Amino acid sequence: MIKKILDKMRPSFQDGGKLKAFRSVFEGMETFLLVPNTTSKTGVSIHDAIDSKRIMSFVVIALLPALFFGMYNIGYWNAVASGHLADASFFGMFFYGLAVMLPKIVVSYAVGLGIEFIVAQWKHEEIQEGYLVTGLLIPMIVPVGCPLWMLAVAVAFSVIFAKEIYGGTGMNIFNPALVARAFLFFAYPSKMSGDSVWVNLDPVLGLGFQAPDAYTLATPLGQAAAGHPVTTDFSHMISGLMPGSIGETSVIAIAIGAAILLWTKIASWRTMSSVFIGGALTAFLFNVSGMESGVATMPWYHHLVLGGFCFGAVFMATDPVTSSRTASGQYVYGFLIGVLAIVIRVLNPGYPEGMMLAILFMNMFAPLIDYCVVQRNISRRARRAKTSQKN
Amino acid sequence: MERLYKIKKGLDLNLKGKAVLELQPLKTSGEYAIVPDDFHGMVPRLVVKEGEQVLAGQPLFVDKATERIKVVSPVSGTVSAIVRGERRKILRVCVKANAQQENHDFGKADLGKLSAESVIELLLSSGLFAFVRQRPYDVVANPADQPKAIFVSAFSKMPLAADFTFAAQGREEAFKNGLRTLAKIAKVHLGISPDQINTPLLPVSEVEVSVFDGPNPSGNVGVQINHIDPVNKGEVVWTLDPGVVIMLGELVETGHVNLTRRIAVAGSHVASPRYVEVKIGAPLADILAEQTDLKAEHQRIINGNPLVGAKAEADGYLSAFAGEVCVIPEGDDVNEVFGWIAPRFNQFSTSRSYFSWMFGKNRQYDLDCRIKGGERHMIMSGEYDRVFPMDIYAGYLIKAIITGDIDKQEELGIYEVAPEDFAVAEFVDSSKLELQRIVREGLDILRKENA
Repeated sequence: MIKKILDKMRPSFQDGGKLKAFRSVFEGMETFLLVPNTTSKTGVSIHDAIDSKRIMSFVVIALLPALFFGMYNIGYWNAVASGHLADASFFGMFFYGLAVMLPKIVVSYAVGLGIEFIVAQWKHEEIQEGYLVTGLLIPMIVPVGCPLWMLAVAVAFSVIFAKEIYGGTGMNIFNPALVARAFLFFAYPSKMSGDSVWVNLDPVLGLGFQAPDAYTLATPLGQAAAGHPVTTDFSHMISGLMPGSIGETSVIAIAIGAAILLWTKIASWRTMSSVFIGGALTAFLFNVSGMESGVATMPWYHHLVLGGFCFGAVFMATDPVTSSRTASGQYVYGFLIGVLAIVIRVLNPGYPEGMMLAILFMNMFAPLIDYCVVQRNISRRARRAKTSQKN
Repeated sequence: MERLYKIKKGLDLNLKGKAVLELQPLKTSGEYAIVPDDFHGMVPRLVVKEGEQVLAGQPLFVDKATERIKVVSPVSGTVSAIVRGERRKILRVCVKANAQQENHDFGKADLGKLSAESVIELLLSSGLFAFVRQRPYDVVANPADQPKAIFVSAFSKMPLAADFTFAAQGREEAFKNGLRTLAKIAKVHLGISPDQINTPLLPVSEVEVSVFDGPNPSGNVGVQINHIDPVNKGEVVWTLDPGVVIMLGELVETGHVNLTRRIAVAGSHVASPRYVEVKIGAPLADILAEQTDLKAEHQRIINGNPLVGAKAEADGYLSAFAGEVCVIPEGDDVNEVFGWIAPRFNQFSTSRSYFSWMFGKNRQYDLDCRIKGGERHMIMSGEYDRVFPMDIYAGYLIKAIITGDIDKQEELGIYEVAPEDFAVAEFVDSSKLELQRIVREGLDILRKENA
């Protein structure tokens, strides 16, 4: 039935049709609804059922637990800020968070996919699915106080300058979601950090409560960096009931996502585990180094569950396009991300969130790591040729 | 004693319609056609005219460059047609068989007295040399080269592929004699699977036997070369299809060229998948007449197996290198809704985002020819490496070929590979790149550059 409707619509989208300016949109919709039944012409006759749509869909599914928890967390802190925690219901808090979050997601997808559609139309290519993941990641890694227009500007910047100018998904050097966050971080620092952006104070659509304007809330890392005692206990760091960027707070929700990604082999376990090992080791070294600052003395296991460390390790560092592509390179790449993230946190109190910068920095070095790994293979081959010539 | 190589990477596919180990008699119409394109790397020059009489084993066309490599007629009869395509390219040479079959006699050879030169001369004059391929480039070998070694793989793990142990049944002695003959030219390496150790294919003391235990593509001769004695720049190795080794053995024994092979007829659209004995160049219509509805739509006939075979038409002919003919659904009439999220239980995937991992290895799949996704840039990493059991970074080599960086291709080992080695990687690729085509074109360009 769907097939019939699509067949009827197709002529007007093809060359010479009335709506040919929307060809890419039509094709996008068609492949979204139906598995394309074009068959192979050369090479293998049969293909694995996997395609990049399926992969990206599963990353989105893996993100959902963290997203849902983030929504609840928004409602929870609104209730705390307004002093109504006792009379707020679970669903009340969740739907409040949903109402806050939904516009962000819509804006992110509308702007990002809009640009993708235009580029696909212009280059006569199919629409690439990569943005399905990026578009959900971006709203999840910004503080709840980030205004929509800023989000739109950041999305446009990252899709155009971090992805499309390189040639689209698969060709980019930097993780587009992190570029969007870095753009916001450096362009609008007051809206990305500090003590006033982690809680939504106003009711939305009749949900939630009005909190006093002066209410401020600091993230545990922010507290530590400022030299204050950390007020969040370890169990809340695990469950995620603490202030932070929307998707990054709950270790449990992120662990569910990690399990999905590792089970489906979409994310590399090498990268993921070595990020944690690198981070734990570095934080431990700082613990025993005798440095006095609040971040350096923070127990190493707190470092791993605070801020964007988990979220970054699971969803950002493992992005196959911008991470190392060789197996042994992935160990090095992940390990260095973990090390750098903690080093930035401890040694530069201005940037309590080191994960973003660490991953972006290592994105830049991933090709170099791979180069060294591949070069080893190349020189082994060259040596082999030399010895066989001698014989 | 044989050396054992354990291969871990790769993927075995269990497809519906595997051929039963039984031979089915076949009626043939007596029409044969040889397709020059099967002999990649050779530019044909015709030596017969339409209407001319040929004996089985007499040349139809020769290689323009060397004038030494010949492709001979599989039967004695009349050259009934020479079909040309665009720019007068020879598409095929058809021979109508006579009722009485006569063979061109090359004379029986005494194995003990054959020298390297006389073996090559015999291969050239009998037309069997056209079946000898070389690495680098995976093209018809050059008789002027001295190969470092000759490699023969006696098994294939490709889906629906013919079982060589059965295909060689009754002709094992010829197989061994063929190997012994080749051993006069250079060192011969024979790759076998573990279940072939105690078969009459062995022993052959004149060759070095290696056992390869592992999933597809462990039967690929390229994988075996990479493990035993990889090809370096400037070196040449020759590879032969084991079926051709049998033909060579028979040539030495009888003095006649007999281009008969025992091939598998397989696939889910084949009524009763069996083996048949047939000469190269026989019409596919003859082979499939009782097995499938040749006029049926939405099915694909493949000259070879679903991973490395070529799509064929119902009026096509058995390709020179095909060990099997398969018929599987084309799938162009299948419409699946919401493929990106639907469970799709009947689809096979190596990805655990589908459920084929739940059904174990014994479940048979009926896969069709849909690509099942759009072509993308290379997004996932390590996909190829999981099914590419060679000491080569497959993804990097493919990128070097796409960008045309010849130095990089050499460094990354392009001289060691053939398109077929990338077949499994092409199957699992989520970006749906045509890897075998990319490698083939890369090798052809490189060969031209280096010529």
